[in-house]
This record gives sequence, C-alpha cells and structure tokens, in this order.
Amino acid sequence: MPRKRETKTHELIRRFRYNKSAVFGLILILFLVVLAIFAPFIAPHDPTPSPPQLENSLKPGFWSNQSIPGYILGTDMLGRDVLSRIIYGSRISLTVGFIAVGIATALGILIGIAAGYFGGWIDSVLMRITDILFAFPSLLLAIVIVAVIGQGLDKAMIAIGIEYSPQMARVMRGSVLYVKEMEYIEAQKAIGSSNLRIIFRHVLPNSLSPVIVYGTLMMAGAILDAAALGFLGLGAQPPSPEWGAMLSESRFYIVSGAWWAATFPGIAIVLAVLGLNLLGDGLRDILDPRLKE
Amino acid sequence: MKWYIIKRLLQIIPVILGVTIIAFALIHLAPGDPARNMLGQHATQQEIDQIREKYGLDKPLYVQYFIWLGDVLHGDLGRSILSHEQVVVEISDRFPNTIELAIAAMIFAILIGVVAGIISATKQYSATDYTVMGIALFGISMPVFWLGIMLMMIFGIFLGWLPIGGRIDLLIPFHRVTGLMVLDSIITGNGAALISVLRHLILPGIALGTIPMAIIARTTRSSMLEVLRQDFIRTERAKGLSERKVIYKHAIRNAMVPVVTVIGMNFGLLLSGAILTETVFSWPGVGRLVVDSVYARDYPLVIGCILVFALVFVIVNLITDLLYTYIDPRIHYE
Amino acid sequence: MGRDTSDSIKAGVLAIVVCGILLAVSFSGCVQNPPAAQKILIFGSSGDADKLDPADVTDQESTSRTDNIFESLVEYKPGSTEIQPCLATSWNTSADGKNITFNLRHGVKFHDGTDFNADAVIFSFERQYNTTHPYHQYGEWAYWGWMFTDISRVEKIDNYTVNIMLSKPNAAMMTSLAMFTVAIVSPTNAAVWKGDAFKHPVGTGPFKFVEWVKDDHITLEANKDYWRGAPKIDKLIFRVITDPSARLLALQANEINGMEFPDPSSFATIKANPNLQFLSAPGMNIAYLALNTGYGYHDTNQNGVPDANESWVKTPGYFAPLTNRSVRQAINYAINKSSIVKNLYKGDATVAINGMPPFLFGYNNAIVDYPYNPAKARELLTEAGYPNGFNTTLWVMTSSRPYMFDPPKIAEAIQSYLAAVNISVTLNQVEWSTYLQKTQNGEHPMCLLGWTGDNGDPDNFMNVLYGRDKCTIGTAGNVAFYNNTEVQDLFTQAIQTYNTTERARLYKEAQVIIHEDAPFVYLAHANQDLAFKSNVKGFVLNPTARYFFYPVSIT
Repeated sequence: MPRKRETKTHELIRRFRYNKSAVFGLILILFLVVLAIFAPFIAPHDPTPSPPQLENSLKPGFWSNQSIPGYILGTDMLGRDVLSRIIYGSRISLTVGFIAVGIATALGILIGIAAGYFGGWIDSVLMRITDILFAFPSLLLAIVIVAVIGQGLDKAMIAIGIEYSPQMARVMRGSVLYVKEMEYIEAQKAIGSSNLRIIFRHVLPNSLSPVIVYGTLMMAGAILDAAALGFLGLGAQPPSPEWGAMLSESRFYIVSGAWWAATFPGIAIVLAVLGLNLLGDGLRDILDPRLKE
Repeated sequence: MKWYIIKRLLQIIPVILGVTIIAFALIHLAPGDPARNMLGQHATQQEIDQIREKYGLDKPLYVQYFIWLGDVLHGDLGRSILSHEQVVVEISDRFPNTIELAIAAMIFAILIGVVAGIISATKQYSATDYTVMGIALFGISMPVFWLGIMLMMIFGIFLGWLPIGGRIDLLIPFHRVTGLMVLDSIITGNGAALISVLRHLILPGIALGTIPMAIIARTTRSSMLEVLRQDFIRTERAKGLSERKVIYKHAIRNAMVPVVTVIGMNFGLLLSGAILTETVFSWPGVGRLVVDSVYARDYPLVIGCILVFALVFVIVNLITDLLYTYIDPRIHYE
Repeated sequence: MGRDTSDSIKAGVLAIVVCGILLAVSFSGCVQNPPAAQKILIFGSSGDADKLDPADVTDQESTSRTDNIFESLVEYKPGSTEIQPCLATSWNTSADGKNITFNLRHGVKFHDGTDFNADAVIFSFERQYNTTHPYHQYGEWAYWGWMFTDISRVEKIDNYTVNIMLSKPNAAMMTSLAMFTVAIVSPTNAAVWKGDAFKHPVGTGPFKFVEWVKDDHITLEANKDYWRGAPKIDKLIFRVITDPSARLLALQANEINGMEFPDPSSFATIKANPNLQFLSAPGMNIAYLALNTGYGYHDTNQNGVPDANESWVKTPGYFAPLTNRSVRQAINYAINKSSIVKNLYKGDATVAINGMPPFLFGYNNAIVDYPYNPAKARELLTEAGYPNGFNTTLWVMTSSRPYMFDPPKIAEAIQSYLAAVNISVTLNQVEWSTYLQKTQNGEHPMCLLGWTGDNGDPDNFMNVLYGRDKCTIGTAGNVAFYNNTEVQDLFTQAIQTYNTTERARLYKEAQVIIHEDAPFVYLAHANQDLAFKSNVKGFVLNPTARYFFYPVSIT
C-alpha cells in the first residue's frame, strides 16, 4: 500500500510539471503570496500614511518626468503610493478569497455530505434550499447579504462564502454519491462501521480532488466578487488598500489625465484571478479528467 | 413533452416561494425597526401606526408574510422611501434599459464567442488557437468594472470616439414607446436617435459581454473539438463531403447544444455584471437601482429589485433547461 | 487545407464587416448635428432635484430648478445680495419694523393662466406657518422654521396689497424675502392636484415645467407670456450626470452646453479649451466638520424655540469625548486645513477660520486660527483623559456639494489626520437625502456638512447654523447641536436691531466664543465654479449660488 501512494504522488507531481498552465498559474499565485507575506519589506512606502502627504496628490509614475522619485507607479488623490497599496492589497484579496472559499467549503461539506450520504427527504430539502440560493445571480446574493449584515470587509467575506456554498454543496454531494456507489463502502457498512467513520475515512478523502479543483476556481471568483463589493463601496472600507475600492476611488480622475491610479489595481486583480484560473484548470486536468464533464 | 414542462414549472414554484421568503426576511433581518425600514426616517408616528396595522407587525411572522405576499401578487411592492414613488413603477421605468444592455451584451458575446470558438477548434494547437484562447482566459479573469473603466478611458476619454454615459444624446428629440430605445427609435422612424442610442450601447455592451463571450468561446471550442472527433464526422468525411460542409452542416449544429446551455447558465453573470456595468456607465437600469437603494437603505426598493432579478433569472434558467431538452437529441425527458 | 484557408478568409471578412459597422456607428455621431431650430440649453447637474416645491426644499439641486419656475415678492440684483422689486413693485415698512406692506404687480399670470394676486401670496406663506391650513400637511417647511418664524401673519389688504406682520423686528427679513422659500406658487394649481401639486409645478417665472424623468432629466420650456418678456432660449433641460468626468466629457462632446461642479483637477483642461468658458467667483459658503456636542430638543409646537416643556435630551449620536471642549480643540489642531485646501480643493477655496465668509459684515478678522499641530492635539487629548485616543464614526455624504467637491476624499484625509493622533475613525458614507435627514436628527458623532448663504446676511449663517434654538432633533440646522445660551442671545439681539455697526459687534463677539468652544472644525470657503460652452452668453454667478437662466442666450 505505501509504495503505491508514493508513486501516485510522484505521478501527480510529474503530470503537474508538464501542464504548462498549472505551472504558470502556480508561479503567479506564489508571486502574489510572497508579496502578501513580505509586504512590509517589499512595499517602498506606507500604504496609508498618517498624517497624509496630500502634497503628493495625483503624481504620475516612472513614465513621466513629473513623477516623484520613489513612487514608481504614481500616487492617488490622497498622495499615497499606488504600488505600495497594490502590494498590501494582495494581502486583503488573498485573505478574503481564502476565507470565503473556506466558509463555502465548510458549509458545502456539511450540506453536501448530509444530502448525499443520507439521501431521502434530507436530500430533497437541502437541495431545494440550494436551488433557492442558486436563484440569485451570484453578486446579487452577496449584495443582499451585505444589505442585511452590513458593510465591511469581514461581512463581505461571510457574504461571499455563503454565496459560493451552494456550488460547493453540489460538488460535495456529487462526490459523495459517486463514492457511495463504491463497493468497499458497502463492505464497510456491512462490517458495521459507523456512518461518521465512513464519512471521515472514506468519503472525505475521496472528495478531495474536486474540492481542490473547484476551491481554486472559486477563489478566483471570490476575489472578483470581493473586488466588486469593494468597488461598490459595500466591501472593504476606506482607507483599506483593497484593489476594487482603489478602482472606484480613482476613476473620476482619469478625465483630468491621472489614469494610473485606476489602471494598475485592475491589472493586479487580473493577475490574481488569471493565476487562480490557470492553476484551477491545470489541476482539473491533472487530478480529475472526469471533472471536465 | 408537455408533461415535462408542467413538471418543471411545478418544480420552480417552491424555489420562487423561497426567494420571496428571503426577500421578506430582509425587512426583518435588517437592523432597525421594520416599520421604519419600510417608511424611512422621517415617517410620522401616524404613518408608522398605519403600516403596523396594515402589515400586522404585531402579528406572528408567518401571518405577516402572507399579507405581504398577497400584496406582491397584486403587484403592490410598496413605495420607495426616497422617491415616494411606487416600487413597481421605479423598477418598470428602468427595466427596459437593463434588458437592452443585456441583449446588446449577449449579441456581442454570442457573435464573437461562437465565431472565435469555431475558428479555434478548427485550427487546434495553431497560433490562432492559442491567441484566441489566451484572450478568452484573460476575458474570464477580468473584473467587468475594470474593463468598463478601461474601455471608457481609451475610447471615451483619450480617443473621444464614443460617449461614456447615459443612453442617448439629449439634444435629439425622442419619443418613448416601449422603453426599449432601439426598438422605439425604429418604430418612430427616428434615425438620429437610433444612431445615438447604438453609440451609447457599444462600450457598456462590450464591457458586459466580454466575460460571457470568453466563456462561450471556450465552450464552443471544446464542444466543437469533441464533436469533430466523433465517429459520425469521420463517416461524413469518408463519404467525401467537403470539409466546409462537414463543419457547417454537422459539427456546428451538434456543438451548439452545450453552448446553448452555457449561454443560459451564464445569464446570471450577465445580471450580476449589469449591476457593475450600469454603475460604471451611469446606465439608468435596475442594476444601478439595486446598488443605490442598498446604499440608501431603501428597503422596499431593494426587495423589489431582488424579487425581479431572481424571478427573471429563474425564468431564463427554466427556458434554457427546456430548450436544452428540446434540441439535444440525446436527452430523453423523464 | 485550401478549404481551411477560405474558411478563415470568410471568418475574417465577417469580422471586418462587423467592425466596420461598429466603427461607422461610432463615428457617425461625431458629425456635427445640424443646428436645432430651437435654442436649447442643457445643463449638467451633479444630482437630481429632491422636490419641486420651493418652500419645502433645502438643497441646491432642487432650488436650481424651482428658481426658474417661480418668483418671489423681491429678488436679488444679478450677482449681488441687494434686493430689487420683482412680484412686488414697492413696499413700506412701519416705524416699529413689525409691519411690511407690499404693493403687488398687476398683469402677471401664472403658467396655468390664472392671475397672480394677493390670494396667491397669502396661500404661499400661510401653508407654511399655519398648522391648520389644509396644505400644511404636505411639507416639512424646514426653511420656514430656520428663518421665517418671526412672521406671525400675512394678511390681504386688497387684491394687490398684502401686509406681512412680524412678531418682533427682524433686520434680515426684507432680504430673506428674496429667497426661494417664500416664492409665490399657484393656489389654483394646488387645489387641482392637492398633495401632488409639485409634480406639476406652476409659477410665474420665465420657464414652465414640462416633464421630470427621475434621475435623468427635468425639462422646462420658455414662458412666452413672461411679464418681463419671453426668455431667449426655448428650452431649459437639467440633466443629471453624477459622475463629474462624464459631465465634463458630455460638455466637451456637445451633449450638454453647461455644467456645475467641475472637478478641480480638470480646471486646467477647461481653461485651455477655446470652446469652453470657465466661470469662477468666491463662494458665499462654508464647509465644516461638525462635532456633535451631545444634546438637542424636540420642537413639538414647531415654534422654532425651546419651550419650558421641551426638554433637552441626548441626541442619537451622543459621544462622550466630544462633549469635552479640549477634545474638540485637539481635533482642530490635528487637521491640516491649508493642505486640504491646497491639495484636495486644488487651491479653489480659501481656508475657513470662522463659520461665515470673510466678505460679509460682522466677520471677525482678529481671530487666530488653530494651527496645524498634531503634538498639541495629542497633549490636549491626554489632558482630557484620552491618552490612547478613542474610536468613533465620521459621517459623510457621497455626492458633490457646492462647498465641497469630493466629500468622501476629504473625509478620508481627515480620517488619516485623526489617526495620527490616535483617534481611529470609521467612515459612514450615506446618500445625500438620507444624509440630510439623519444629520438633522443628530445621529452622527461627527459629520461633514456645509452651507451656502441664502441672503447675504450674517444671521443666515450664524443663527441658522450655530444658534441654540436650532438644535431641534429631526430638523436641526445646527448639526453640532451646539447649545450655548450666551451665543444665542447675541444672535437674537443682532437680528432685532437695524443698526449695522451694533450687529457687527454682536456677531464678532459670538465668533470669539464659538472659536473657543470649538464645536466645529471650519474647513474652507469654496469658490463657485461653472463651465459653459463659449457660445452661451449672459449667465451671471450669484453669491447665493442660485442659477437664473432668464438672461442667458445661445449665439
């Protein structure tokens, strides 16, 4: 048994290395993770200097001869360094993405396993509930939840987590149904293993692949939704250097010529989401070609 | 087939009911007194007592729900706190604007997406293929509001080719018939208006349609690839049919099946995206209304918008489902 | 392979054709539209009107529309706050100052064809002050409570003569009568529409109401029978474009021919464009940060003063640290006003030291402003018992105001300045009409707000904004709920005497006390800026920031 697992892991790693999109995606994500963790050392300036240096308001970056040395990508309306804010913003986006998906997965596992494993009326009821949640276009659901629980980054995380839980529940349920068919589950039941034991030792580990794949892809969506909420003013609150909020703060100055404060945060979002999409796509190819269906 | 439709219709009733329950719960879950939430800060005690009595806010919750539901079914969604106008009027005023935007986006997405997907599939692994798929990957990774701002910046501000807000140049006289301005300008034979309306539709339509376009391109491509590999295609080729005929007559038709589903499934993206696009382009639609009313804590309006959005979404999903079962020869309806 | 190529060519051709159509449509709009037979002025507003009843509004978006539909007994001379006859041709004030008799203009008609006469004047006033009047229920009449409570009665002498009786002399009343609040509205129209009368507003002014598409535009058309002669433009359209960059682009693209509130960062662009003209003048306004000092009263009998049975209670936004004067002074020391004016207002304002514009009489030049000194701020906070600062909320409106172009940005800057002295502030951004309601209700610990003067009299700033009587919960003009009895007495004395020197002395004394008590951080007096196309002539900037389009022509 142990030898087989080793080879399987090695095989997975080998397939990973050959999958260009997965590798590229991983590199992008690792880059952002490094930025996030080492932000205080990498960022050239304080993202929210207090008191503010308003005299640096709306200065261009390295491409212009009116730039201030040390402010490579220029400054925003309150004189804050765009680059430093983007770097610190990676902390926020990655954290929100991760926690939101975590919440979605936790809820999804609960609902999905209950529905799939126990079946019957529990399944029907739970699936009806997820259908109802599915009836809301994704961002709208997050907006609705924020309308009730209030604005703020923490509330946005919860809202997005709830928004994605139906999808995760469906994935888990599907996985559980698939595993349930397997013979050795029948065997386990026959020899009297408790339901809980079966779930933990057999169902969950076998559901790992779809969770990893969908979790990665969902994190991309979560980051987009968090940025959208930040853009609408319903997520991260000032002076937080969240990428979506940075976009909405700066878009009115484009007409005066200051295009940088609204362009670069958007590029950061694209890179993060692109990385996660590539990684997720690649993982799907590697772990579970079945999932392409 | 008829029975299948009826069965599906019955299936969505509990879903719609569930949506109404969530919408109703909103008034009560939101912080503050529910009566004040409905009427606003400045309501007099008299008005509050009236509402309390009307909705029986002292009665148990489920009774209140049914009273409220009754009102909704009669088309009474209450009044906006800010404008004092009826919620149904506020929404119906803006609804055609969102629909037109969504249609414009969809046309863009389908035209470009399908064509790109087909080209990509027929030239698999070529430079064209990788370019198209690369663009599509970027497409689904872009925040729609950023794309809108970038398009606005480049084509509206720096190049000055296209307008960046509103639906029509106000100097042009316009007569509203249905509220669908493209249709109205055609009906009233107003050429100048038609051109102005179309010009105002381009940037928001492209912004909103890009993500669906990318998804459709990717799905079309994989669907085409799968179909092209299949046996019956080889048979057609063996028969001596020209490659073009093979592609057009057989492959595309079969490949479109999952694409139709994808279009329907991604309608939700269009609705969510509309909220953001309308905010960026100052588009007078329901999407912007949702945001404005959440910001203003105008609960009756928020609830009305949610109901409308969810209802439209559910109906479109239903239609897509039915369409899918209808056109896919492989599916048997239970 | 040959067939593949031809397929690609076909797809390519299709793509080119589609792009071609898109481009053609894009550029077709660039061809200049043939000049319209009508002269239409489309004015880009930053927000939609709240209501169109001139007596029931307090915001500039609403008044800019109503000022072109309605008129008052007297009006301001263009560009000044001196009054001249309008719907009244002459007037006489009694010796004791308590009666003003007006002779009304003959031959003026409302837009619905009915005559303007004394009945219309009585109706317009009475519905505001008489609680038993059948139309009193249709409005809140906030401005009446702020400025007109000294009017006890308006009576008809004959069809073209009215007498306004004051309960006590009021030195600013004559000039206040040029305000929009006491504009004359049509009683016949009100009788037809009752509560909805102002969805179909009818006045005597140069423009008639045509339609109101919410959040989009309001259309007015020329009143050909206007008593001064028809206006020079045929249509006046107020278009709502909330995004200032979109507003400027619309102006540059000829979609509108005038706009308000250009972004200060875009002034250079506007001035450099030969097709545009940039109008700017010092504003008669004040922008401030109000610190809720804690207590207000409910004016249950609506008489504008706190009576014995109307007790003082904590406002919903009561916050203990702000009841302490040292804390408020510390906040004044912590904010760098000149940096805000220079970098956020982009120099388009002057730093405010007192709560009224420097060019009004009674301004106290001798007061020295709190300098920017964060160290002193921290010291004061420690003395006051807050060595580690505290957390609170700063309320801010989301839309542009005449005195503050980008309130959320200024709020963020203040948030940052306060953070440097350990005061941690969360921003609460609220949409404008809700914001007005809630700040008038005292729900904020701190809020940003401001004021544009209505009549050029210092009372209009000082008494309305800083008087104890105005701490009415629900309709407060004094959003710091600053309830200093001595200051209120100074204001009351100042309004009741006609001696300007005496009045100036009293206002100066009040400013000294207010400065010490520091219930506000006075930020700036913003300039008034508008932009028009070069061919729009005749628009005059008014200190009251009211927009009158009657003299405007398009060449």
